[in-house]
Amino acid sequence: MNIATPILAAAMGLAMAGSAYAIDVKIGVLNDRSGTYADLSGEGSVIAAQMAVEDFGAADRGINVEIISADHQNKPDVASTIARQWYDEEGVDAIFDVPTSSAALAVNEITREKNKIFIDSGAASSDLTGAQCSPNTVHWTYDTWALANGTGAAMVETGADKWFFLTADYAFGHALEADTSAVVEETGGEVLGSVRHPFPGQDFSSYLLQAQSSGAEVIGLANAGGDTVNAIKQAAEFGITQSGQSLAALLMFITDVHALGLDAAQGLVLTESFYWDLNEGTRQWSERFAERNGGDMPTMVHAGVYAGVLHYLKAIEETGTIDAGPVMEAMKAMPTSDPLFGEGEIRADGRKVHDMYLFRVKSPDASEGAWDYYDLVYTIPAENAFRPIEEGGCELVE
Amino acid sequence: MFEIFGIPAAALFGQLLLGLINGSFYALLSLGLAVIFGLLNIINFTHGAQYMMGAFVAWMLLTYLGVDYWWALILVPVIVGATGIVVERLMISRLYHLDHLYGLLLTFGLALIIQGLFRNQYGVSGLPYSIPDALQGGTNLGFMFLPNYRAWVVVASVVVCFGTWFLIEKTRLGAYLRAATENPKMVGAFGINVPRLITLTYGFGVGLAALAGVLAAPIYSVNPNMGADLIIVVFAVVVIGGMGSIMGAILTGFGLGIVEGLTRVFYAEASAVVIFVIMALVLLIKPAGLFGRVA
Amino acid sequence: MTDQTLMDTVETPSAGRPTPLGIPRLHLAICAALVAFFIIGPFFLYPVFLMKVMCFVLFACAFNLLLGYGGLLSFGHAAFFGSASYVSAHAAKAWGLTPELSILLGTGSAALLGLVIGALAIRRQGIYFAMVTLAFAQMVYFVSLQAPFTGGEDGIQAVPRNMLFGLIDISSDNALYAFVFVIVFACLFLIYRIIHSPFGQVLKAIRENEARSVSLGYRVNRYKLAVFVMSTTLAGTAGATKALVFQLASLTDVHWAMSGEVVLMALLGGMHTVFGPIVGAAIIVTMQNYFATFGAWVTVLQGTIFVVAVLLFREGIVGVLGKWLKKPL
Repeated sequence: MNIATPILAAAMGLAMAGSAYAIDVKIGVLNDRSGTYADLSGEGSVIAAQMAVEDFGAADRGINVEIISADHQNKPDVASTIARQWYDEEGVDAIFDVPTSSAALAVNEITREKNKIFIDSGAASSDLTGAQCSPNTVHWTYDTWALANGTGAAMVETGADKWFFLTADYAFGHALEADTSAVVEETGGEVLGSVRHPFPGQDFSSYLLQAQSSGAEVIGLANAGGDTVNAIKQAAEFGITQSGQSLAALLMFITDVHALGLDAAQGLVLTESFYWDLNEGTRQWSERFAERNGGDMPTMVHAGVYAGVLHYLKAIEETGTIDAGPVMEAMKAMPTSDPLFGEGEIRADGRKVHDMYLFRVKSPDASEGAWDYYDLVYTIPAENAFRPIEEGGCELVE
Repeated sequence: MFEIFGIPAAALFGQLLLGLINGSFYALLSLGLAVIFGLLNIINFTHGAQYMMGAFVAWMLLTYLGVDYWWALILVPVIVGATGIVVERLMISRLYHLDHLYGLLLTFGLALIIQGLFRNQYGVSGLPYSIPDALQGGTNLGFMFLPNYRAWVVVASVVVCFGTWFLIEKTRLGAYLRAATENPKMVGAFGINVPRLITLTYGFGVGLAALAGVLAAPIYSVNPNMGADLIIVVFAVVVIGGMGSIMGAILTGFGLGIVEGLTRVFYAEASAVVIFVIMALVLLIKPAGLFGRVA
Repeated sequence: MTDQTLMDTVETPSAGRPTPLGIPRLHLAICAALVAFFIIGPFFLYPVFLMKVMCFVLFACAFNLLLGYGGLLSFGHAAFFGSASYVSAHAAKAWGLTPELSILLGTGSAALLGLVIGALAIRRQGIYFAMVTLAFAQMVYFVSLQAPFTGGEDGIQAVPRNMLFGLIDISSDNALYAFVFVIVFACLFLIYRIIHSPFGQVLKAIRENEARSVSLGYRVNRYKLAVFVMSTTLAGTAGATKALVFQLASLTDVHWAMSGEVVLMALLGGMHTVFGPIVGAAIIVTMQNYFATFGAWVTVLQGTIFVVAVLLFREGIVGVLGKWLKKPL
């Protein structure tokens, strides 16, 4: 069977040009549907995947796509169980999204073992295209290095060069802190200190006070989700921002800003790779998305799933097969192009590169309504936005 | 400026005060747990979920009905307390003749249900609830900037805690309650409706959790998981204070808030675990807890 | 305090004529059915799923040895399950040890941890016992999050399936299945023998009436400690095996929610029965597996099962069945 499949697939590929032969593709969207990241990934990512299939016109092009989804509860063991079962039993060809670094690393391993395709949008760990990189994985939307680089370098450039970190005490937080510290010091800034809080935390006032008395100009929040939201809320309460210190959220999504409200979030600086109100293309797509998502605008993770599925389907059409090897080769060979991230490419280590943007959260007065949250401060061009390929330690790079 | 163990004294005072503020939540929550355990012998694992419900009901009142924070302070404990009464009547009251552990398992299940339902309905990103206008701003104490709202939390918590203690230990109603737990048949024979007394007590304990939820809503993120991890800590507080001891729960709540606050300065990573270390130590040295009567 | 234990103190009639092995026929039949099911199972069901079921069956049975027969509710059993899975994963990945040695090492570490925690915890009873175990489990969780070798929240990933005894390749799911099958059923048999040994009888006596057992001359605390350590050791075997099956050891295994889950398994199946935890574990694992798409509804469902089980059938599924058959299961 293993020998027969490529032959059959190749035959189908030859027959593809204008023929009625159909390729069946099964896509699994694996993400958090009940926990901290449910709003920024969750059902929205499934909607994004469906939109990609429709916009591509897959059915007309002879590709039958089936999309299934599941909740990994942000746990690596649940993620690995589902991924294994999807590949072994359900005949899934590619897995998308997978927020939470630990879960993504688990799916990364299984995908490599089963020789399928994994296109990650939601997770942050830059290890996915570094030490743990895999010929079967593409990391689409962002990573810790890009966030640290965007926020860290840009803040130092604006003159805020004394930093203090409030770090979630787990591997992700440590990585974010380390990456940002390196960038800050490289660009001539100074790190005055850091405090590590248990994860998840509820009360951050104590750490904020330590940060305040450190005399730093920027308090870097190396945490995520509810922790970041709570820390920002309490920083506003304790008058941290009024006293002249600025907060830099190293990982924050538009849904977090939405949850916080502009009162608490105004003035925050953050890095994202997508914002619905960037240009005509993103606006059109986002409005269609919001219609299907209960009025909520997409996050960059949703956008990444859409663009990833689109590119994956293009590669399938190009090669006429669903085999991981040729499809991945085609994905890396073709330049990427979609209305959300513009033109880009997938590097040999699996890193998708595109521009990143530094945003500042608007004040309530400046905002013209729901979801009008960001001012674009700075565009980090694609060639500088991500970690240089030779620095990641990925073994796929000669 | 002088220093204590390498930390400027001013910073240390600030941290002590913050510890006290956190302690007021622990005290309020553990008070409710202690009242319920002391008078019903039920370990109320649902307490965290009821605290969360308090915050959510306050948010719902504001969002759907326009009821402000001050009214919520009164209405929410009543509403959530009423749900507690229903739960007690329908379920918990069937378990009094059984081992304590069944009460724990039942309320554990209830907590899972409540949290799951709220997660389905409201997601987990959290909902915004702003500080009431009258308590906006803060005061500069010299060593730290104290938000007015936090000061209010401490005052409210101290008043409610000692009011409850007074009610149970010093009034006639409290005397009935205590008597009813010692010997329900005897008290019943005096013409007092013991089951109703117990039901109301549970409702009251749940109301306390809901009140803590309302107090927390403006400063912590209102989300379905806000009580899930807290409940374990509050349990530890009650156990350290001595199961069922009202004053023990209050004092330990404030005390552990301060201990936790200090840990955050010296070894922040351990601040989540320090309470459990203390709990294990206390139980091994003084099994009934610091203020508990020996069982 | 009245000594109302978790057990309904009904004198149970014997389950039919004992066979030469000393096992009642009914039990033999059930064992045979179980063995048959897990041998035929992989032909119909997904083997990795069945291996997960087996690991949790062992975990639940080990836990129930303590709860159902020792009368001690531990709310911190995840500590033993999880720490063993970390040790065995680390042994297999970092030191390249063979699977049987990794599992032995994991089991041994759970035994040692059980000995230390047990020696302190058994001094307390009832709720206090539950709370002490919970407190220690939280500390183990803290260590698991902080210690360098556990990989924090990433856990230990990509654990290799090394050669069994250095000779046999168990990297395929089917070969591994046979290996897990042997381990789990050997341990289950051991648990069965413990329950029905003179030691098990003394345990039941202590559970029913501790004061009386003391007056009969039994050193109650030694028995409690012994059963505690046995329980943690076997829970460790389950965790260590699970780490090799999923090639992963993670914080989920040491989190207090896992301790709650195993209580649910025992409660649902029937905590005073031999076979109850097996049924309970199978149901819970199946539910989590097939309802994964329903998100938070799984939590709601689990909670509902807890509530219904406590209110309506405290003897658990197998307990009710046993009553109906008038034979202990």
